[in-house]
Amino acid sequence: MVEYFTQHILSFSIWIPVLAGVIVLLTANDNKPCTTRWLALAGSIVSFLVTVPLYTHFNFADGGFQFQEGFRWIASFNINYHLGADGIAVPLILLTSFTTVIVVIAAWEVIEKRVAQYMACFLIMSGLMIGVFSALDAILYYVFWEAMLIPMFLVIGIWGGPNRVYATVKFFLYTLLGSLLMLVAFIFLFHSTGSFEIIDYYNLPMPLNVQVLIFLAFFAAFAVKIPMWPVHTWLPDAHVEAPTGGSVVLAAIALKLGGYSFLRFAMPIAPDAAHYLSGYMIALSLIAIVYIALVALVQKDMKKLIAYSSISHMGFVTLGFFLFNNLGLDGAIVQMVSHGFISAAMFLAVGVLYDRVHSRQIESYGGVANTMPTFAAFAVFFAMANSGLPGTSGFVGEFMVILGAIQANFWYAFLASFTLIFGAAYTLWMVKRVFYGEVANEHVAALKDLSKREFLIMAILATLVLALGIYPQPLTDMTNATVTQLLTHLAQSKLPAGL
Amino acid sequence: MTMQQIYLAIPLLPLLAAIVVGLFGKQLPRASAHIITILGVGAAFVLSVFVLNDAMSGHVFNEAVYTWLKSGNITLEIGFLIDRLSAMMMVVVTFVSLMVHIYTIGYMHEDKGYARFFSYISLFTFAMLMLVMSNNFMQLFFGWEAVGLVSYLLIGFWFTRPTAIYANLKAFLVNRVGDFGFLLGIGLVLFHFGSLDYAAVFSVAPQMADAQISLIGNSSWSLMTVTCILLFIGAMGKSAQVPLHVWLPDSMEGPTPISALIHAATMVTAGIFMVARMSPLFELSSTALSFVMIIGSITALFMGFLGVIQNDIKRVVAYSTLSQLGYMTVALGASAYSVAIFHLMTHAFFKALLFLGAGSVIMGMHHDQDIRNMGNLKKYMPVTWITSLIGSLALIGTPFLSGFYSKDSIIEAAKFSTISGSGFAYFAVLASVFVTAFYSFRMYFLVFHGSEKWRVVKHDAHHGDDHAHHHGLSPTDDPHEPGWVIKLPLILLAVPSLIIGYFAVEPMLFGEFFKGVIFVDAASHPAMHELTHHWHTIFHSSVGMALHGFMSLPFVLAASGVILAWFFYIKRPDIPAKIQLKFSFIYYILENKYGFDSFNDRVFAAGSRFIGNKLWQIGDVKIIDGGMVNGTANLIGKLSGVMRKLQTGLIYHYAFAMIIGVFLMLTFFTKV
Repeated sequence: MVEYFTQHILSFSIWIPVLAGVIVLLTANDNKPCTTRWLALAGSIVSFLVTVPLYTHFNFADGGFQFQEGFRWIASFNINYHLGADGIAVPLILLTSFTTVIVVIAAWEVIEKRVAQYMACFLIMSGLMIGVFSALDAILYYVFWEAMLIPMFLVIGIWGGPNRVYATVKFFLYTLLGSLLMLVAFIFLFHSTGSFEIIDYYNLPMPLNVQVLIFLAFFAAFAVKIPMWPVHTWLPDAHVEAPTGGSVVLAAIALKLGGYSFLRFAMPIAPDAAHYLSGYMIALSLIAIVYIALVALVQKDMKKLIAYSSISHMGFVTLGFFLFNNLGLDGAIVQMVSHGFISAAMFLAVGVLYDRVHSRQIESYGGVANTMPTFAAFAVFFAMANSGLPGTSGFVGEFMVILGAIQANFWYAFLASFTLIFGAAYTLWMVKRVFYGEVANEHVAALKDLSKREFLIMAILATLVLALGIYPQPLTDMTNATVTQLLTHLAQSKLPAGL
Repeated sequence: MTMQQIYLAIPLLPLLAAIVVGLFGKQLPRASAHIITILGVGAAFVLSVFVLNDAMSGHVFNEAVYTWLKSGNITLEIGFLIDRLSAMMMVVVTFVSLMVHIYTIGYMHEDKGYARFFSYISLFTFAMLMLVMSNNFMQLFFGWEAVGLVSYLLIGFWFTRPTAIYANLKAFLVNRVGDFGFLLGIGLVLFHFGSLDYAAVFSVAPQMADAQISLIGNSSWSLMTVTCILLFIGAMGKSAQVPLHVWLPDSMEGPTPISALIHAATMVTAGIFMVARMSPLFELSSTALSFVMIIGSITALFMGFLGVIQNDIKRVVAYSTLSQLGYMTVALGASAYSVAIFHLMTHAFFKALLFLGAGSVIMGMHHDQDIRNMGNLKKYMPVTWITSLIGSLALIGTPFLSGFYSKDSIIEAAKFSTISGSGFAYFAVLASVFVTAFYSFRMYFLVFHGSEKWRVVKHDAHHGDDHAHHHGLSPTDDPHEPGWVIKLPLILLAVPSLIIGYFAVEPMLFGEFFKGVIFVDAASHPAMHELTHHWHTIFHSSVGMALHGFMSLPFVLAASGVILAWFFYIKRPDIPAKIQLKFSFIYYILENKYGFDSFNDRVFAAGSRFIGNKLWQIGDVKIIDGGMVNGTANLIGKLSGVMRKLQTGLIYHYAFAMIIGVFLMLTFFTKV
């Protein structure tokens, strides 16, 4: 039994949350939402515990895929159910299963209508996203990639804000267009290799113009997801309309699907194109860092501000990818994980205020620290983490990427470093207007400080942000071998001989 | 305990105290806040003295505590470098911090944020210790930003005040501008030296002295110059050098104890410490040193002028701090790093003393900070009076007092320096002596001598620290000197302000104290060498230096400053107002602090918001969403409108289309 489990950890990681979601749906009883909540919590915790062995059993020296398992799925098209995870996927899988627990706790009393459906959406989505991170077959990957969108649309479309239909449609169209091009790329690669195994694509020689086309097809799918400038405008709208849990998953995990996929597909499959186009990719990343930070500065809606801040921070991820050095890549992965914690905490913090006052506008608040001192302490802490303060996880990734960038070109680092000023400016200016000052109105005066449940979530996230900031080595140890192997692969040209 | 454990305990004890008081301050009895933190910081002080003693015997410790992260072949570690420089800084930091902790018991005893305040200042002590004890750039940057965080929290301690929360945001952002340069400097160090470890970097540095890098096009720049100037930009933020000085005067919005600890004695000197620590790098670039020196002399002189027109007691001391930081920076530029550190130390004592004295005055005046409402306080607050006099005399460089030895050495170093800019620097530090003496004693006379002005003046609403419900003394009240928790730190700080210079000048400047720690290339930067020569041929001893001091130009300047202040503010108090009227233009410039604040507000703050708004409204909303996204949707809508027209529902239309289609297909396929 134990052996069977250890051989199929990834399958369990994917299907246990999905199963939990289905059970929650089937046992739903609108009169007893409490049972549903506890059931969902138990499901999410079990799902998280199942993923823990991925860390404890991880072979840190191995840069390749571990925990591999599989069987033939559709023989006629050579499609396999093939799973595996490397040092880049495992941290993101853990992040996913962990975030689901947080989302379930965060929804506890907040979601009152259709509790079971809400919880089930997140549990199922969790399993599907872990599927994206662990699929080694292109079609399997594609199925997970598209399938996870359905619960996300439901979450925004059912529990979302007043303008949710526009946001959902925009999100859907943006994502769909990219995904279709990716599917075309997969079909092309299948024709060239007769396989949907991703690893087979890594060794397929292709001339540069083909690589560029393949890269751009992938780029269309992943850049939207991350999102990179200029295909980012769906994100602020989606965040504003999404319920708190939706925003948390969107920011903490969904964006990382794009980042992860760059490393899994676009770059290793078309390495020469990645090098060839790296200048453009870096330019887009730097625009995201500087332009978006300035846009964040003038936002009046807290969720929009944090959404723009997310885009700006994801600029560091894509910048780190295309530097082609260890610091940049490791830093990008650390940044993805760190952003998972910090953005989740920031959106939860907005949720805490929204649940009480039902406004996301900065101007509706002022002097919250007077009535919610504990919450204010957490908010300032996460704001500092978002501003990249050393000692928090927010610093580590940005620091590494900037150090990596300066090795490529001084001016990349110069532009990226503007985040030190602008990141602090938009985050702390918001803190000033929301938390500091005299009590602004009777809503603020009536605020009650964090409940035990809210405190628990904030405390867990704060601990993680601090732990990763003080001691990031366990994470970089995990990525190091994989990143080094990936960089070696990227350095080898895949152009056919003689060209 | 092994030495290693002691080194660990020194920063961790204050941290532990801060965590306990910060998390459980509300549950624990009120007094436990100061008991726990004072125990933590007190133990750190005792251990630091022990460590300094150990370091004096020549023991140097340089080891990693743990590996922070590994990436490829780069390893970043947390570690300690304990030599005489860091040991001395540890003693200064923990001593001033301990004094401020004790003082706070009295100063904040009515405040409802009592525990929070103690937690913050202990956290600050931890962060500052991590900064000075670091053996690498990464940890230095950690401490650097962490002290900035606590500074932010403490300036905004009274977070309901609009001025305080404006000041703390401003302080953080201006410091971030400095850190922007600092971080790039660190990046260049890692890239070109392959490590962030001090020892490794310094050992490679000499080989890189002539290295060139290209930044813009193919023009080549000296690597050392670029790196050192970038690092120094960080110091300009933290140590408030022009033009990044703008945050320091506003930081006076914080409670007075932290003005003493953070914004006078320790944190603001971090930049000075950093440059001294990096002396093996800065010595390789005379250009960078010139830059350092010019910035320092501008700060020393022009910030001093602003001290002259301030009426808020804390702001006078704040501008004096700016000016003194300028002095230290000039010393760095002259390659007299040890002199800069020496002045850092003496300044820490007498400036903390002056701030705490000002705090005592503020308490006595019931939180009125306007020196125009004071006068004759010597009668009511004798301890504050005497200790503030000692502090002021030390500040203006009275021979035999601590400030004399350090300040005079800086002036001499500027005189002997040969790099470009040293002529201006010498003039600036000399002129500042007069200015310093004038504004210091203007404040001193207005506060402690003359008539008791609160009895007649209905003061305006310029209020200071907390307790908005009562500020200012009513005309019938007498000011009272606060209790022993206030007086004790004043006395304990007055002692080193008096004597530390006398005892420390010889070993620190001309002895072996900084041997192997601070590196000076005497051939290109001879100031320190000349200074030593002077000492051995003319002064011979502390007494000799002081006796010579009485006959020197700085003494004459200082004395005339004091006399002028006396004449203006005691003898003929009508004159200043007339001068102000006559030179109203100059007064206007000074009143507006040379326009830095309004320039920053209008250009940088408003400019960023303007650009941000344009990028959002035009870039995102209009072009991307309006043009591309919704444009695509519209295009599809239009196309489908065209397609819809084809679906007429008339059978002969479809039949016609089918026939055409079949015809085309037949043509196509039969040809192939």
